Amino acid sequence: MTTNASSMTAKTATQNACKLCNPLGACLAFRGIEQCVPFLHGSQGCATYIRRYLISHYKEPIDIASSNFNEETAVFGGSHNLKLGLKNVSQQYKPRVIGIATTCLSETIGDDVPMILKEYEAIMGGAANLPVMIFASTPSYSGTHIDGFHAAVRSAVKTLATGGAKKNLVNLFSGMISPADIRYLKEILTDFGMPFMLLPDYSQMLDGGPWGEYHRIPPGGTPTSTIADSGCASTSIEFGSTLEASKSAAGYLEAQFGVPRHNLPLPIGIKASDRFFGLLEELTGMQMPEKYEDERRRLVDAYSDGHKYVFGRKAILYGEEDLVISMAAFLREIGVVPVLCASGGKSGLMRQRLKELVPDMEETGIEAREGVDFVDIEHEAERLKPDFLIGNSKGFTMSKKHDLPLIRVGFPIHDRFGGQRLHHLGYRGTQELFDRIVNTVIEERQKSSPIGYTYM
Amino acid sequence: MKGKEVMDTQNISLLEGREKQVYEKKAGGAEVDIACDKTSLSGSVSQRACVFCGSRVVLYPVADAIHIVHGPIGCAAYTWDIRGAVSSGPELHRLSFSTDLQEMDVIYGGEKKLYKSLIELIDQYQPNATFIYSTCIIGLIGDDIEAVCNKVAKEKGIPVLPVHSEGFKGTKKDGYKAACHALMKLIGQGSTEGISKYSINILGEFNLAGEAWIIREYYERMGIEVVATMTGDGRIDAIRRSHGASLNVVQCSGWMTTLAKEMEEKYGIPFIRVSYFGFEDMSKSLYDVAQHFPDRPDIMEKAKEIVREEITKYYPEMQKFKAALAGRKAAIYVGGAFKTFSLIKALRTIGMSVVLAGSQTGNKDDYRALKEMCDEGTVIVDDSNPVELSKFILEKEADLLIGGVKERPIAFKLGVGFCDHNHERKIPLAGFIGMYYFAKEVYESVMSPVWQFAPRKGGKR
Repeated sequence: MTTNASSMTAKTATQNACKLCNPLGACLAFRGIEQCVPFLHGSQGCATYIRRYLISHYKEPIDIASSNFNEETAVFGGSHNLKLGLKNVSQQYKPRVIGIATTCLSETIGDDVPMILKEYEAIMGGAANLPVMIFASTPSYSGTHIDGFHAAVRSAVKTLATGGAKKNLVNLFSGMISPADIRYLKEILTDFGMPFMLLPDYSQMLDGGPWGEYHRIPPGGTPTSTIADSGCASTSIEFGSTLEASKSAAGYLEAQFGVPRHNLPLPIGIKASDRFFGLLEELTGMQMPEKYEDERRRLVDAYSDGHKYVFGRKAILYGEEDLVISMAAFLREIGVVPVLCASGGKSGLMRQRLKELVPDMEETGIEAREGVDFVDIEHEAERLKPDFLIGNSKGFTMSKKHDLPLIRVGFPIHDRFGGQRLHHLGYRGTQELFDRIVNTVIEERQKSSPIGYTYM
Repeated sequence: MKGKEVMDTQNISLLEGREKQVYEKKAGGAEVDIACDKTSLSGSVSQRACVFCGSRVVLYPVADAIHIVHGPIGCAAYTWDIRGAVSSGPELHRLSFSTDLQEMDVIYGGEKKLYKSLIELIDQYQPNATFIYSTCIIGLIGDDIEAVCNKVAKEKGIPVLPVHSEGFKGTKKDGYKAACHALMKLIGQGSTEGISKYSINILGEFNLAGEAWIIREYYERMGIEVVATMTGDGRIDAIRRSHGASLNVVQCSGWMTTLAKEMEEKYGIPFIRVSYFGFEDMSKSLYDVAQHFPDRPDIMEKAKEIVREEITKYYPEMQKFKAALAGRKAAIYVGGAFKTFSLIKALRTIGMSVVLAGSQTGNKDDYRALKEMCDEGTVIVDDSNPVELSKFILEKEADLLIGGVKERPIAFKLGVGFCDHNHERKIPLAGFIGMYYFAKEVYESVMSPVWQFAPRKGGKR
């Protein structure tokens, strides 16, 4: 018997998944709405496992309620449990919003959640007496956590956004990024003097201060009143190369209220950041503030200082498709070859979007693979012999086995401290990533040299 | 701080339907009659998981078997390499396998995908057995797991065991039960030739951070053969021949005891219940086993020697911890109630009292026993949630919380020390050395200078 994967690979089962389930993303997104409690309609385990998974990354309390199915619920439907659950959550947390997402169980038995919510409203004497209910359908048997994330954001907007006279307001749907990245984006928008609605904003909720007293729901999050204004915004920006209008909040606002939708890749690297800042200049008619010019200049300077360490190095990139695409484009800016761009997601769009940003991907020997797991990636690593891996913590198994350095980005980071404070976006985030990549190469060289150079 | 977002604990009320799961010990107070063994209340944020979780934790450490989760991807993804259960050999348990059911599978059924997955995985990894965990939707989509298991077992010549762990079909305890049913199918299948008369099985020890090795070594030093550990550092062959042992030594208040009872009925193996946490309980678990072999007084002699040696080794350090920690207050919220008993005693050893004692899955007897052990004013809870736990930690002014990953941020947010006593820990807390590590961890967390900056400790600028 062997623990090593032999040359004969089991293809049917997923081994060491490079994705998470749909409801996790919805819970995370709901956590970024002010005074909102995420609520999963399904078994107790879903909420508990997802809490545990998120807590291990963010190191913050993350309460997720559950309708706690039992055998009768599964046979007779989840209506009773859902209503009781909503009542109990309202009593215990006094939320202004409840973000309800389904699971494989409630979807399979075919619960009509919107109808149950209507009944609940009627029983409770109308919506005015209740927290706002946002509902997202997130069956775990389709898509990945990123689909759940976008579904929740789109539902939030669908539920809350109203039309009306246009306001000087920009919507920013920044996607599944770190709290540090969210704070940076808010700083940028503030510096451009642009009133904004950023959703979801879990920057404080999932990376906040200590408590003097108990909080039912921690402070922070996008206020519902601001989300309501998103229909009157002058424009929407959304990050996510593979995010289609039919699935996105910005797509909904464009179709419903004519708010123009600007879809951008996650702004990682100089070119993608230039696009983002360029759009902000265009929207505000204002030049990029000197502070960011400085950040950009320092980054260009760092690229020069560090280019020789990284040129021609091979990397394997994995994670959510949008993160992989943007990271790949950034790596090409610094001369690193992302020999494999892999994702457990399966939008069907990854290769095409990657090619738009990295037109010479075939000639350079860059492969894009969707719907893969870590055992697939590991097999590719044996063949491609990369210099390092870039992705979340879950690549550590492979990193240890093949003695490949792992540069941790994105979510989850369960085996290092401070994952919630990592920057990835804009000139500042790119600077941080570049420094970490260069240092990884230097560290390897220093470690593997018998001389013990103190200058590297 | 905005008034709306904060509140004092007086305003935290228990949910209707939860009152009977909370008890405070008071002089002349009512008898303890905690309503436990209930499924969690809808809408309360229970710290429990589900039936699947119960099965998964029990069988997880069996290292030479493939554990495949039949269902959509989440259940497998969230339990990949989740525990600190280590193996001295194969490490198949640290891989995550899932049939990753998609929408079409839900419509047309997942049997074929399961069959094909099993055949391929068995060919690739050559395991000694396979466990198939059914998740929530498996029964609903009508998959006949038993049939698939029988077919694959016949074709591949290894045990292929279904674990009926649909998340919603009960509580975590029902998951333990399903896991023990699977184990029962293995027990009795192997040869017991060559097993000593002075032999035991260690049940309910999961080898977190190598704890089963520590315990095993004590017993082996006493001259006792350990046939199987269930399931820490577990091996299929050892489980199959475990009915050859003379005694089952059970650390668990739940289903492992039922498994021991079944083994007693079927194979005439008596069992005793033990705990390896704290000097007191650890010593007792060696003495109790020695007592079972009265014709070999040397075993008892050896047990006494081990206890003497080990306690002498750690006693001076423990006194240092005790001097620092005396009078501090602890809150305990863990999975199984048996652990709570040991922890109360262990905390007393280092001068700490317990102000809150709770578990996810205790039964009426557990809670009654807990009441006997606790000091006045101690709150006893079953299946609690973050709001309640926070309320009691603040009200009782605890200095330490003992729990798992989900409880940790509650403690840290409120400026309270924390000790991880759950399945993810990487430090052994069992055995004599484990008590030392426990005391050290408690000391390092409670005495850390960082709490001076916590708002509750007057840490405002």
